[in-house]
Amino acid sequence: MRQIRRLLIANRGEIALRIIRTCRSLGIETVLAASEADLDSVPTRLADRTICIGPPPPARSYLDIEGVVAAALETRVDAVHPGYGFLSENAAFAERCRHAGLVFIGPDVAQLRAVGDKLEARRQAVAAGLPVVPGGAVASHADAEALGREIGTPLLVKAVAGGGGRGMKRVRSPEVLAETLDLAMSEAKAAFGDSRVFLERFIDAGRHVEVQLLGDGEAVIHLGDRDCSVQRRYQKLIEEAPAPSLSDGLRARVHAAAVTFGRHLRYRGLGTVEFLVDSAGGKFYFLEMNARIQVEHPVTEMITGLDLVAEQIAVAEGRPLRLGQGDIAWRGHAVECRINAEDAHQDFRPSPGTITTAVFPAGAGIRVDSHIEAHARVPPFYDSLLAKLITHRPTRTEALAAMQGALANCRISGVISNTALLGDIVADADFVRGGVDTAWLGGWLTKAGKHATQG
Amino acid sequence: MNLTRTDVEEILKLLDASPYDELELETDRFKLTLRRAAAPSSGWTQTSETKSSAQAGKATAQPAASAAMARADDGTVPVRAPLIGTFYRAPKPGAPPCVEVGSTVSHETVVGIVETMKLMNSVNAGTAGVVTAIEAADGEFVEQDHVLMRVRPAR
Repeated sequence: MRQIRRLLIANRGEIALRIIRTCRSLGIETVLAASEADLDSVPTRLADRTICIGPPPPARSYLDIEGVVAAALETRVDAVHPGYGFLSENAAFAERCRHAGLVFIGPDVAQLRAVGDKLEARRQAVAAGLPVVPGGAVASHADAEALGREIGTPLLVKAVAGGGGRGMKRVRSPEVLAETLDLAMSEAKAAFGDSRVFLERFIDAGRHVEVQLLGDGEAVIHLGDRDCSVQRRYQKLIEEAPAPSLSDGLRARVHAAAVTFGRHLRYRGLGTVEFLVDSAGGKFYFLEMNARIQVEHPVTEMITGLDLVAEQIAVAEGRPLRLGQGDIAWRGHAVECRINAEDAHQDFRPSPGTITTAVFPAGAGIRVDSHIEAHARVPPFYDSLLAKLITHRPTRTEALAAMQGALANCRISGVISNTALLGDIVADADFVRGGVDTAWLGGWLTKAGKHATQG
Repeated sequence: MNLTRTDVEEILKLLDASPYDELELETDRFKLTLRRAAAPSSGWTQTSETKSSAQAGKATAQPAASAAMARADDGTVPVRAPLIGTFYRAPKPGAPPCVEVGSTVSHETVVGIVETMKLMNSVNAGTAGVVTAIEAADGEFVEQDHVLMRVRPAR
């Protein structure tokens, strides 16, 4: 066991701030590794120290393995927390940390390799007895055409090194397969430095349900499920816990499958197993495992009362789990909305810029995870997440009503945000009923667009 | 009622025929600002119009794109960056560039990609013709409306 006293945060934005908060409560000193574009950000003001790791483009700062490790060694930290995205699931980085004598806050290198490569993850899932969606690897247009014919359209092109929905595209007809493949490979290369992709059958009317796991390498427990079906182009927009309208039997089977997979890997750390769930048919398929803290972790924290970053740090220090499955209890319902700098009126075009106003709601059962304040810059180099608004109430109905109020009490200007759009979605009758599938938001947006033109 | 593309084009013709560089049109329904030259750049930060309503924002977006098509003295039409970001000439790393000088393009031809906030945005030629110059380098960070290349319109 190695107690962490000083920790380097190799990330930015709200998650950097989130990690700083837990470190402060644990008495861990923080060093923030920031790019030149983030030197005047809110996280730099809350971290005990900030070290510049390079120019704004991620490849030369947040994705620069040697640069981040050099910053960690220079500031004599015990550990590196990679947050989500960037180097969080990069096995080469985790290995480099280990060689440099640094604790990597995440699973071990072999586990990162097993689940970071989506094809290997599929193989592991099959080995553990989990159901998977038909598909396979492709390296060329010819491969893709052959496999595409076999599994049929619509299908999905997914990045092998993917995650977070990047490099994943839907192909509706065989004619557009080749060009979609190129674009997916391009995005995968830019986001993960690995352009390999694979195809999977697109399952219509599926819900995205995921299970939060925590393991210490021996014991693996689950912290319940989340529903992240409200997505646009595979980017999650609204998440909630627990998943609504899921029968007790199906929920129990999904939890058990996730724990089986975690035990098969002898998983150590915080991780999420994602499933595609056909709730009407009572069936589910393994999608992938994310070996990191996730954007939507707060909804699980709200209903379990746990600090997931603290648990993640504890197992990285080599401590056995402090909680057994029987210690986990769920209370109430939590919803999270992602406020992004994007223009819903212009095909969700990103809207970088400088914030002029930032007013967030407050009150009982309201949580805001954000690095945004007036005068904050929203650089064009990174993702468009401005804030996560979370509400927690005894019932789902109350949590959604609280979210409507919270969104109405939110003011962000200087960049264009999706706050108004989120308010409309949260008030929609289908969404309020609960259990919408991943195709629902796309259809809703088309309908909303039609109304706008007619009006 | 929204401002249509035809409306905008007619207004642009008026502006073209006038000696002015800037036209501001304000009605109950919308506010439209047209400039002959690109907006001055202010480092990589981009201040967006916040006073206008969403409806007015929609109306100004179209003319910005159309105004950007104004021909240069040599008769070529610039292809401008649709938004701030990193310009790439190829659809994927290692692939040949989308177009070269001399390539024939249509309105919809994808001539490059601008990566902003981790999203790849296709850049369309916007004009049918022949590429006469490529002015932005592969991997260059560009402001919105930065001239990426020039196209000589087909007759």
